[in-house]
Amino acid sequence: MQLLFESLFNGVAIGSVLLMAALGLAIVFGLMGVINLAHGELIMLGAYTTYVVQLIFKLPALQPLYNCYVLVAIPLAFVVSGVVGILLERTVIRRLYGSPLETLLATWGVSLILQQFVRSVPMAYAAGLILALVSGFGLPLLLPSGWFAGARARLIRLGSWAFSAFLGVCLAGGLASQIDRIARADARNVDVTAPQWMRGGLEMADMTFPVPRLVIIVMTVMAVVGVSWFLNRSVWGMRIRAVTQNRSMSDCLGIPTETVDVLTFGIGSGLAGVAGVAVSLLGSVGPNVGGSYIVGCFMVVVLGGVGNLYGTVLASFAIGVLTDLIGAGRLLSVWPDMPAPLASAVEFFATTSMAQVMVFALIVVFLQFRPAGLFPQKGRMVEA
Amino acid sequence: MSSSLSKRLFAGLAAASLGLAVTACGGGSDEATNATCDDDGNCTVTVGILHSLTGTMAISEKTLVDTEKMAIAEINAAGGVEVDGKNYTIETIVEDGASTWPTFAEKSKKLIDQDKVPVVFGGWTSASRKEMLPVYESKNAFLFYPIQYEGQECSNNIFYTGATPNQQSEPATKFMYEKSPAAGKDFFLVGSDYVFPRTSNTITKAQVEQLGGKVVGEDYLPLGNTEVAPIIAKIKKALPDGGVIINTLNGDQNVAFFKQIQDAGITPANGYYVMSYSIAEEEISTIGSEFLEGHYGAWNYMMSIDTPASKKFAADFKATYGADRMVADPQESAYNMVYLWKAAVEKANSFEDDKVREALIGIEFDAPQGPVKVMPNHHLSQTVRIGQITKDGQFAILEETDGPVSPQAWNQIHPDSTGYACDWTDSSKGGKYKL
Repeated sequence: MQLLFESLFNGVAIGSVLLMAALGLAIVFGLMGVINLAHGELIMLGAYTTYVVQLIFKLPALQPLYNCYVLVAIPLAFVVSGVVGILLERTVIRRLYGSPLETLLATWGVSLILQQFVRSVPMAYAAGLILALVSGFGLPLLLPSGWFAGARARLIRLGSWAFSAFLGVCLAGGLASQIDRIARADARNVDVTAPQWMRGGLEMADMTFPVPRLVIIVMTVMAVVGVSWFLNRSVWGMRIRAVTQNRSMSDCLGIPTETVDVLTFGIGSGLAGVAGVAVSLLGSVGPNVGGSYIVGCFMVVVLGGVGNLYGTVLASFAIGVLTDLIGAGRLLSVWPDMPAPLASAVEFFATTSMAQVMVFALIVVFLQFRPAGLFPQKGRMVEA
Repeated sequence: MSSSLSKRLFAGLAAASLGLAVTACGGGSDEATNATCDDDGNCTVTVGILHSLTGTMAISEKTLVDTEKMAIAEINAAGGVEVDGKNYTIETIVEDGASTWPTFAEKSKKLIDQDKVPVVFGGWTSASRKEMLPVYESKNAFLFYPIQYEGQECSNNIFYTGATPNQQSEPATKFMYEKSPAAGKDFFLVGSDYVFPRTSNTITKAQVEQLGGKVVGEDYLPLGNTEVAPIIAKIKKALPDGGVIINTLNGDQNVAFFKQIQDAGITPANGYYVMSYSIAEEEISTIGSEFLEGHYGAWNYMMSIDTPASKKFAADFKATYGADRMVADPQESAYNMVYLWKAAVEKANSFEDDKVREALIGIEFDAPQGPVKVMPNHHLSQTVRIGQITKDGQFAILEETDGPVSPQAWNQIHPDSTGYACDWTDSSKGGKYKL
């Protein structure tokens, strides 16, 4: 019983990291059909945001609130990755809708640019730049729309951008003067240390549950619930689904499809940022961190069935449980006296490398029989 | 009929290519080096430095470039290298291996053929060395390699200044089994999935068995993978009451590993002690000493060595490159090899690499770690130290060998190489002979 429970917990823990990382991609790739190879780098930006927020909360003035920095990092990471994602959509991907191969190449290029960006730009300046972008795009939305009607529109736009640039420079200068570690470019990996309450393990019934894993599971559940509520219950969610199913008809009915594209991509990217917070709790934060998740993300989305959120959820937990079952050699403990040839085969696959091989092989076999994944799309959208 | 024709054709071709190879070889070694003197009597010699300046390995390898340049600047400030009564200033050509192993071979060819450097200081990963080795052997050129590695190699054209397994992992395993707080307990081996961890663990397994202990499990994490949950589950199953974990993970996989084992309760307080072979002072600062405190490491050089030579090395490096920089074992090896080369050139009174390589054997040098000596198998005898990681990110040195330990290029515990050795001073012995 304990074994079953432990195995299940481990599987869910591995699966929830995968799911958190893949949730954004399930929206971007699943709903919009964009093959975004820069998704991993959006995760990386979220992880770096956590790092910067952590350093800010180490300043003497904010020290008392240090324990809550993760709660601040989550929405900030969402905004940072979301804004970079929107920028990416507006400048690159929008021009490539309908040509997946070009999108694939272009986003791969963007991923390399982002990797080099974090290597050679000090984090303080990167933070300033992002603040300037957020405020530059956000300010016009907050100002009364009447202001943009007359001849002064251009002047006001210019003014708001100038103000945003000023804000950005202030933040960059402030951070650089206060925190030495982010005032210079640093290509080394950095580490995010979880606050004390999020470290260590919870002892229960002879088992230890690592607290960061529990936090990630909770984050994942909340993200999935939030996303499914948004897609199924909110007005914009309905519009997103409408555009996914039939773009030209939605357009005719007056749905602003371009805005829907921006919103969808922004939310997908923002979720990648939140995933970045989660992975920073487990490993190190570095320019290459995205690369270790991107393959897993695509695997989960394809296995689940492109365009189906619940498929993604199921697929990531299935992969998590399988990885643990094979990699930790659990079958042997469940059935200690299995026939010798079978036992040696199980033992052979009970290493992390071979477990990965086995999981991939099983997925390949599965996709032979169900090429469209666990929950294939049905209906007229398939032909579109 | 046709078969005998093709045989003759083949024999002819083979003879022709052999002849070509011989002339190419002869031509190569006859080439003069790039050492020159101008009319005013200012003499210079240019050496090659070949490390990754870009890509994943750049972070580590750049520190070696810095250290090698510092050693060269020191030698130049002290008058340069003296050959035939003339003082040569050392200049450098730095090439980028770009963290892609074939590039190391390509840049080596360029340095040897085009720049005619008398020696190349370069490499970090075993993969890059394996790519370079055939180039240096076929062109009869000269490479210095500064990293602790798995051994099982002994080339006439390479000098290895890092530790062999009997100068790092063997004393470390012995220490963990006999003297650590987990003495006598079972071992679990964790590593990244490539040549160094697998070779090193083969040796460790055989050694633990010889000592009378037990290895209860091993696992390898594919490079780039940071999901260590299944490994942690296995460790807890295999070592329910604590024990020794030998860690040969690479780079940032260590961060994920140490963060997560702490959360899972695999800590020194609970009787689990990790001995790592790839974690030096630089890595401690990126992982965070709060995750590593109480665990162990084994090196030839540690920044905390309390001798004037060691302190001067650290202070000079900080003075040149900034107070927040650290020195660690790989850098010390890189520093030593430049000085060893200089001493050998002066002993041979020539830059010609054949003569220098012959002169190198037997040379002694007062390194920051203490005295080192170049042995006939092209490796160094070095002192081995075991340290425990402290709160401030340094090693507290618990044990050190009395004087330098002789290197074994062919490991005497690894089942593939017991009974073999290497000796380049005796032409009848060479790279691998039976003892």
